[in-house]
Amino acid sequence: MRELTYVDATREALDRAMARDPSIFVVGEGIGARGGNFNTTSGLYTKYGPERLCDTPISERGFVGMCAGAAMTGTRPVVDFMFIDFILDAFGELVNQVAKMQYMSSGRLKMPIILRGAIGIGHSAATHHSGSYYPIFAHLPGFRVAVPAIPSDAKGLFTTALHGDDPVLFLEHKSILFNRGEVPEGDYAIPFGQARIARAGADCTLVAIGSMVGKTLAACDKLAEEGVSAEVIDPRTIAPLDMATILESVHKTGRLLIVDETFQPCGVGAEIAAQVIDQGFDDLDAPIHRLNGAHVPTPYSPPLENAIVPQESDIEQSIRDLLAE
Amino acid sequence: MLHQDVQAETKARPNARKQGSEEAGRTTEELHALYRQMIVIRYTEEQLARSHQMGLIHGACHTYVGEEAIASGVCAHLRADDAVFSTHRGHGHALAKGVSPREVIAELFGRVTGCSQGRGGSMHLFKPEIGLMGTSGIVGPCILQAAGAGYSFKLLRSDKVGVAFFGDGAVNNGAFHEGLNLASIWKLPALFVCENNQYATEVPFAYAAGNPNVGNRGPIYGMESVTVDGNDVLAVYEAAREAVARARAGEGPTLLECRTYRTRAHSEGMRDAGYRTQEEVEEWKTRDPIKRFHQWLLENQEADAETLAAIDAEIKATVEEAAEFARNSPWPEPDTVSDHIFS
Ligand SMILES: Cc1ncc(C[n+]2csc(CCOP(=O)(O)OP(=O)(O)O)c2C)c(N)n1
Repeated sequence: MRELTYVDATREALDRAMARDPSIFVVGEGIGARGGNFNTTSGLYTKYGPERLCDTPISERGFVGMCAGAAMTGTRPVVDFMFIDFILDAFGELVNQVAKMQYMSSGRLKMPIILRGAIGIGHSAATHHSGSYYPIFAHLPGFRVAVPAIPSDAKGLFTTALHGDDPVLFLEHKSILFNRGEVPEGDYAIPFGQARIARAGADCTLVAIGSMVGKTLAACDKLAEEGVSAEVIDPRTIAPLDMATILESVHKTGRLLIVDETFQPCGVGAEIAAQVIDQGFDDLDAPIHRLNGAHVPTPYSPPLENAIVPQESDIEQSIRDLLAE
Repeated sequence: MLHQDVQAETKARPNARKQGSEEAGRTTEELHALYRQMIVIRYTEEQLARSHQMGLIHGACHTYVGEEAIASGVCAHLRADDAVFSTHRGHGHALAKGVSPREVIAELFGRVTGCSQGRGGSMHLFKPEIGLMGTSGIVGPCILQAAGAGYSFKLLRSDKVGVAFFGDGAVNNGAFHEGLNLASIWKLPALFVCENNQYATEVPFAYAAGNPNVGNRGPIYGMESVTVDGNDVLAVYEAAREAVARARAGEGPTLLECRTYRTRAHSEGMRDAGYRTQEEVEEWKTRDPIKRFHQWLLENQEADAETLAAIDAEIKATVEEAAEFARNSPWPEPDTVSDHIFS
């Protein structure tokens, strides 16, 4: 199969959908002729023009609120925040309007809006350009939250987002945006709420999210040389969350570790652990473990930044700890 | 409420501002200090740009080259206890507020000797001890925080001033509207300095703003406003003198638009083509604020060439030493990473 980068895969999905559906438009800073800070829209401006690739002023609350109104009245906005940190300026519009509109209108209004942006820690981007925030959005009823880890999933999930009628947070980790991988040509959609088993195994279940998927797989490769057989699950969407696949795996392995760059308190790992305790308690042979990024704002200096992100060696150690329980 | 367009007036009557320094009440020392300040910023920025190419700077690096007159002209009127709130393009504001080149360069190198102990980098410079309340990776908040400082200073019956520096891009952010209105209704001692360099990254202000004039918006909010040539350090200096005095006297906030231009890329290492012409950049380089002031000082016999050359040489040595210091400084200890989340 041909290979594409992660960001090219999402752009292919966007391009195909825009060619077919003239109601789709993109807004954001530098997403027009410039093609997006992360190349999310490069080439599309010449194809679809300034109305559908609309460069905005630095008015996050303004254009998010505007796109909410647009989504309620027959068009399908894609808001490209470049760094997702800038979404926070629009939090009120998102939580009180975008997420609640379909419910408030008893389903008579639709809210087909995509909110995309680069997440994650790396390259000394420092604390205003390193956030991920998906546990916050997954906490709120009304949002779909996708965190794809590989190019094909990026295309498949973005396609689903572009065809659905719900608000979708589409979050792309900076450290994997330019990774290459096999991506199906043509129409390719992956339903929300379906995890991917990234590696099959029997000794323990590792749930990894976003950029942690690749690192966890690398740690597993290393441990495989010692005979460890770990199963790696990439949930792909945090909301909805595919608990069935996780529970099935834990039923088989009896051990669970959740690896997530975002904060531990009230986080995705806490939710997964609680659900496994509720529904799979008897399957557990060991306490559930979590490995997270440190609970701190993101520092700039490389030695500090490295210290707060789970590294391959940390994951390896956590797997050993889990197996030693 | 008044709006004064000093830039337009100067264009209309080119001789009107050719008054001597004595008349304007400026001392030779003040003038030399302005020159020195601009050189400190220029040389530090050029050092940072070189260091960026050498891989010594880890994150983004937005330089202030071409805009030095603004921070220098405004901060000359500020005391260490006045509060400055800045942006992603904040090295110049930090230096003009009194942070040393050592502390700025070391911060961008990620070292513990930096003004944020390596936690912040280019966009998170802090030295509240001398009123640098922070540069910021987010466009907009500085405007609101300067209003907040004004609120504190008013409540505390002090004569301190809150100052926000921000780009034209921030003018289209809700924070501008809300911050200016709040400062106006409570007559807060605040100064809002818009550094209009005409582009927000690659987006022209003329595209992004329905009203392309910033300086004349003051009266709309009920405050005084002034437009000046931001590449003319004396124009900035005089306008800021008046605005700071107004704030200290309890007579309310001022909006100061400084028309300027950034002559380097938005951020070091970023492409700088496709959205503006090379001719435009070259044309603005001829209006370089430092060259202009250098010439002005000579023409008005406020300095001779040797004196200015000596300042240049001294600052060059200071900045080179600062870079050496930064390079030899230790990294922060990883086990300090969770310090200071709470008081
Ligand atoms: C809320 C927010 N949105 C977007 C950005 C990304 N961004 C960083 S700098 C910049 C352009 C700023 O332009 P301007 O305010 O004119 O300042 P200049 O860079 O020209 O000095 C943008 C859009 C940001 N930092 N914060």
